[in-house]
Amino acid sequence: MTSETLTPRIERADSETAVTERRRRRGTGGRRRETGRVISATTLLWVLAAAYGFPLLWFVLSSFKPAGDLFSFPLTLLPKSWTVQGYVDAWNSFNFYQFFANTFIVAIVTTVLTVIASCCTGYALAKYDNRWLKVLFVAILATTMLPTEVMLAPTFLVVRDLGLYNSLGGIIVPSVLTATGVLMFRAFFLTVPDELVEAARIDGARELSIFLRIMVPISRPIMLTLAIFSFQWRWNDYIWPLLVLNDPSKFTLQIGIQSIVGAQNINWSVLLGASVISLVPLILLYLVFQKYVMNVNINAGLKD
Amino acid sequence: MSVTGTTASRSTETRPTAGPRIRRGRAPRLNHYRFAPLILVAVNVVLFAVFFAWPAVIGFIYSFTDYTGVGSFNFVGIANYEQLFGDSAFYAALGRTIFFTILVVPTSFVFSLLVANLMVSAYSRGKLVARIIFFVPWLISPIVSGVIWRWLFGENFGLVNFLIESLGGKAVPWQSNADLSLIVVVIAATWGGTAFSMLLFIAAIKNVPVSYYEAAALDGAGPWQLFRNITLPSIAPTSFIVILLTTLNAMKEYALFQSLNNGGPGTSNNLLVQYIYQTGFQQGQIGYASAASFVLMIILMAIAIIQLAVNRRTERRR
Repeated sequence: MTSETLTPRIERADSETAVTERRRRRGTGGRRRETGRVISATTLLWVLAAAYGFPLLWFVLSSFKPAGDLFSFPLTLLPKSWTVQGYVDAWNSFNFYQFFANTFIVAIVTTVLTVIASCCTGYALAKYDNRWLKVLFVAILATTMLPTEVMLAPTFLVVRDLGLYNSLGGIIVPSVLTATGVLMFRAFFLTVPDELVEAARIDGARELSIFLRIMVPISRPIMLTLAIFSFQWRWNDYIWPLLVLNDPSKFTLQIGIQSIVGAQNINWSVLLGASVISLVPLILLYLVFQKYVMNVNINAGLKD
Repeated sequence: MSVTGTTASRSTETRPTAGPRIRRGRAPRLNHYRFAPLILVAVNVVLFAVFFAWPAVIGFIYSFTDYTGVGSFNFVGIANYEQLFGDSAFYAALGRTIFFTILVVPTSFVFSLLVANLMVSAYSRGKLVARIIFFVPWLISPIVSGVIWRWLFGENFGLVNFLIESLGGKAVPWQSNADLSLIVVVIAATWGGTAFSMLLFIAAIKNVPVSYYEAAALDGAGPWQLFRNITLPSIAPTSFIVILLTTLNAMKEYALFQSLNNGGPGTSNNLLVQYIYQTGFQQGQIGYASAASFVLMIILMAIAIIQLAVNRRTERRR
């Protein structure tokens, strides 16, 4: 629609005389306006960036303050004396390293399983065509309408009856199927030309070896992107682990941190340290794999 | 390697017959390739059946019972729903959830769109570093975000009140006033949700043909006009998705409230999911909580359907 209304303008712009005439008219004024725009856009960008960055900066800097200085007014941005005591205390209290290890196991195992299951399903939905696959596609879309939060009680009962209550398996298995992952792979495999599959078939390759030897290798960027997303989701999960895990030795980081926050008197020094430690793996992961996160066209998966 | 070998040798053997078989198979292709997709989707089909379809069914059944999670249960008809719609705590939670959503969605929309525009603008400098800064809040879990904002807005110890007092103001009751407390959660939710919506917007804006902008700029359109008349209409489908996703996420917010104000002061900021959690798991009324869950699900579906309908109508009008 937009393109139609704009075509006449584009045609007019294409005629060279109009272009040069306008350029001449703008002259130096145009350049000055250009500088003005650079200044205003850059200022706005960095004001916002400062606003978004400051809460975390303040938090991290505070975590290096000695416990006694945390509440001593006037507050200072930089710690007067730097200490890592908060981190040491956090690490040594509440089985914290155990929480850390549990979270790692859950996040990594779920991520591997999610990537495998999503890749297979996404490929089948994109490259095969029959009625029950369409039904499955609709069913997977429907899961986006049924988030964990909506079905807490019945899903909990299912997990309990399967004997997964109070085990890490109870948070891993139900999280493997994600609509986003399936849709991401489906969108990707739709862009892969059917001729590639046909050619392999003519060469006599079997269906599953086409998938394993041609399709899986070319989908590696999607795998990495989904892996990063999945790792982040599972690392940050809260409500489901809270329901399924009962034994403190099986807690994940988020539950551990919430148990510090929920205490009658919050031990801020430990809380700050624990929270910052819990952020480190994700931030490292993001910095290393930045381009896979930023270049992803999440739209593609969600649009259709 | 061995796999490669066998397939290759088989391919040479079957090549003469492969051509006609494929051609014959074209039309009823579905019959030929039924087995492979079956294997490929098997895992997710089982997971869907066990963790989505089955819970949905038993949840619906339990919502008509007095099940407590253990032992036997009796069917009580629509008693759970009657009790639910007569419970003032439910209405309070529902109202607070809707209020929270109404505050978060526009705030989040405006900020993520603004940031996305600055991130693709040819005029702004330092985008690589800014991008990381905007993105980090998205990595942070709702629990830790809550802690971060609680630390910043602490009533007696927070930096914000310290600055207000240093400037001669009076300490603001960020924790003990229900509405101010909710506003802090709105800020935290916007802060954490911007990056994801921003990614969607950036992808959409980059897909708008550059020629539109060039043509309009030659005609003397300023940045605001370009945004208003080209960017905004072109990214309408993405705006729709962003609004839908933020609405759904806001409606089921739980962890952020838990760590920021624990649904407080008192129970004033208890949202729907917290209500379900408390009735179902702290009071053991699985049947009752299932009924509440069903109401939440119907609300979420209604939101999605209404937004889809509105989106379709506006698209037809254009």
